Amino acid sequence: MSGKKIMNDEQAGGRSTVDSLMTTQLPGSGSSTLGSDIQAKIGQHLRAMYDDVVRQGVPDRFMDLLSQLDSPAPKTTASRDSDGEVER
Amino acid sequence: MSKFDPALRDEIIAAIPNLRAFAISLSGSVDRADDLVQETLLRAFANIGSFRVGTNLPAWLFTILRNLFRSEYRKRRREVPDSDGAFAATLTTNPDQNSHLDFEDFRTALDKLPSDQREALVLVGASGFSYEEAADICHCAVGTIKSRVNRARKRLGELLAIDSAEDFGIDQTTRGVMIATERV
Repeated sequence: MSGKKIMNDEQAGGRSTVDSLMTTQLPGSGSSTLGSDIQAKIGQHLRAMYDDVVRQGVPDRFMDLLSQLDSPAPKTTASRDSDGEVER
Repeated sequence: MSKFDPALRDEIIAAIPNLRAFAISLSGSVDRADDLVQETLLRAFANIGSFRVGTNLPAWLFTILRNLFRSEYRKRRREVPDSDGAFAATLTTNPDQNSHLDFEDFRTALDKLPSDQREALVLVGASGFSYEEAADICHCAVGTIKSRVNRARKRLGELLAIDSAEDFGIDQTTRGVMIATERV
């Protein structure tokens, strides 16, 4: 597929003219093009780094902490076990 | 049965991954970031009554975390930052789609920013807060946040332009296409 693409480009003589036309026109706007490329890259990398942490989800230590904070009365497993025995 | 409004609790849990990412960008260390998040959660639940339901919960949590970091920072100053970069330590996925060198350059550049600029850039550019929300979180004017973000982008642009010119040369076109494709 890529081979075919290259052939097409070679056959279409007009294409290379357009390319050279574009490159000759670019230098004036070159610095701003480079600048916006880099700005896009900055945004992309910033989010990639950040999202990499976000994708790790919620570590167990925080779920444990929340369960502790949210339990009505802090009871140890041992006391819960003895409660169960009393009920029986 | 639950002491807290379950919806509120779920919202707080949902904010934890973002809080961690922000904390890492502030503290420069994963361990300290997780301690900061833990302290933030304790404060949040202890002061849950002061949160007005219907207002912006993530912004409220980010504000607590930032305040904690700032007061801690004033107390003991910033310790020697993790030389490998805190984000590097958290990388779990293989950043194949972006060259590793590229990431390295970016992290190095990000570390060179003043902390108030880095913080503003992260809040707006990664956490997804508006300028107004970021200004609330940082206790400053919207204009201040905007100028910090602009200065951060400009400085990063300068730092990365040098790297790009050295490292990538003609590859810019390919990169441009890649970035454009990802935007779609």
